[in-house]
Amino acid sequence: MATGPTAGPPADVAARETAARLVAELPPSSAIWASGLRKSYGRRPAVEEVSLEVRRGEVVGLLGPNGAGKTTVIKMLLGLVRADGGEAMLLGRPTTDPAARARVGYLPELFRYQPWLSATEVMALHVRLAGVTVTPAEQRECLALVGLAERSRDRVGGFSKGMQQRLGLAVALVARPELVVLDEPTSALDPLGRADVRDIVLDLRSRGVAVLLNSHLIGEVERVCDRVVILDRGRVAASGTLEDLLGRREVRLHLVDASPAVHARLAATGTVEQTGDWYAVTLPVGTGGATDDDAVPHLVRDLVALGARVHAVEPGRVSLEERLLDILRAGATARSEADA
Amino acid sequence: MTGVRTVLTIAGLTLREARRRRVVLALAVLTVLLLGLSGWGFSRLAAESGLDTLTSGQARLAASQLLNLVMFGLSLIAALGTAFLAGPTLAGETESGIALSVLARPVRRHQVLLGKWLGLVTFGSAYVVLAGLAQCLVVLATVDYWPPRPAAALALLAAQTVVLLTLAVLLSTVVSPMASGVVAVGLFGATWIAGVVGGVGAAFGNEGVARVGTISRMVLPTDGLWRGAMHGFQDSAAIAQVGAEMEGFPFLSDAPLTGAYLAWAAVWVAMVWGLAAISFQRRDL
Repeated sequence: MATGPTAGPPADVAARETAARLVAELPPSSAIWASGLRKSYGRRPAVEEVSLEVRRGEVVGLLGPNGAGKTTVIKMLLGLVRADGGEAMLLGRPTTDPAARARVGYLPELFRYQPWLSATEVMALHVRLAGVTVTPAEQRECLALVGLAERSRDRVGGFSKGMQQRLGLAVALVARPELVVLDEPTSALDPLGRADVRDIVLDLRSRGVAVLLNSHLIGEVERVCDRVVILDRGRVAASGTLEDLLGRREVRLHLVDASPAVHARLAATGTVEQTGDWYAVTLPVGTGGATDDDAVPHLVRDLVALGARVHAVEPGRVSLEERLLDILRAGATARSEADA
Repeated sequence: MTGVRTVLTIAGLTLREARRRRVVLALAVLTVLLLGLSGWGFSRLAAESGLDTLTSGQARLAASQLLNLVMFGLSLIAALGTAFLAGPTLAGETESGIALSVLARPVRRHQVLLGKWLGLVTFGSAYVVLAGLAQCLVVLATVDYWPPRPAAALALLAAQTVVLLTLAVLLSTVVSPMASGVVAVGLFGATWIAGVVGGVGAAFGNEGVARVGTISRMVLPTDGLWRGAMHGFQDSAAIAQVGAEMEGFPFLSDAPLTGAYLAWAAVWVAMVWGLAAISFQRRDL
């Protein structure tokens, strides 16, 4: 005898109502939530146990070398590739339900659109498939945003690669998405186009739209992302905010005539490493008092007041690129040691 | 509701693709050429060999044969056209990446497949019905012959196109676009030849050879439907007069289709479409 969720005694009804209220009061679900995603092509594992989260309104960068499984992870999230294991949710719905993609915009790494349609027609097609109402004027605005206003009536077949990628970006943005997944969005763009993409991503963030950005251009990721997930050989090698990953900032100073008072002032700021006349001082991140941005000018002003002659001030920061290489090399070393 | 919208959107898109990619234009030119040639042929036949000097039975037999021959040409054009349209539209889109952005929308894959199939079926059926009707009119104008059951015959011709196209759709979910077109048309031709071989076997009373045709007609129902269509185009009274000497002739059919065979063809289409849907569903893009 099967039992279904039929109306039971009043106590059950009340409990259900309480549960429904509790669920409704929960904070909005993550834009992306994935746990233990796995995928093999034949015997070769492409993705192993990848878990990640992108919160609403957050811009997350996906980094890693070629073949790390970044695109496969994205395709599993969008239901384009069947995961061998693990589960994932988009905007609070399981990815097995197509409705999970209703508010998701996607620019694939392989961006191709029906060459026999015009840009306007491609936009209209995607609006229809997404099942949302977007006026033609809004669709035109979207094309204008990516710089295709002039070419909106032209057939896509005559577009250059860069223009097709711009169209892909417009397609990803047109159906009022709450999550935008961009897979190598600037691979075919000139520097101007890259700057446009950066502005668009920052604009999305300011409007509370979550973005998952897969890019080889580390500088791009560093500029726009709140958090970074680094994949290596199908696994998450590291993840966290840029500050988590890059550690503290430091400043390198070339000082002559450094008195004990100067040394004390340096020591009060952070750890000091001295090499001849060069002093490397780590700076605290976002601590109280002076803000992060003011720490260096305040330090220099005090040092000058204490009689030190300041020849050079070099802001130093481990770049994301260096950090990424460190992480990947550490992984490679660990593997070769494990093999030996 | 959203499912129906997706199916209709994709079907409309497929029809638009056929028009924009000049498939319609190419087919129209080929068909007009074929119709013109057959019109000229029929009129010469009437004028020179003098169809009116032959007995009316012979004249009707000749007209039936010729009509079937030209219809075979039309069905071949339809087969080639739809098979080579079905390949690129599905396999080509998954290969080029066009399918990525479409399938990342809130749609189910079988809806997209159904839309494609529906668009192709509409296109292919409309083509054979219109071109076939035009051919019948050409024959009527030149030699004053009107087939006994034109509606049924044209419907069977359309059904033949649907069968082949469904096969092409299945193939395009598993192999490359070019291979799917080649294999579909190759199978179509092989079944036709097997049908002819089977007919010859039947004429000579060789059961083993006759069975070749029967089996091939079950495996791929294009040839069986084609024979049913021929039966609707030809004058059966005239054939009955001629009797056994025309048995096994590839452009005449000796029996109408049974209801069971039509049902089998419908089941075949449903089965192959289901396989295509499963194969497309499981495919990693």
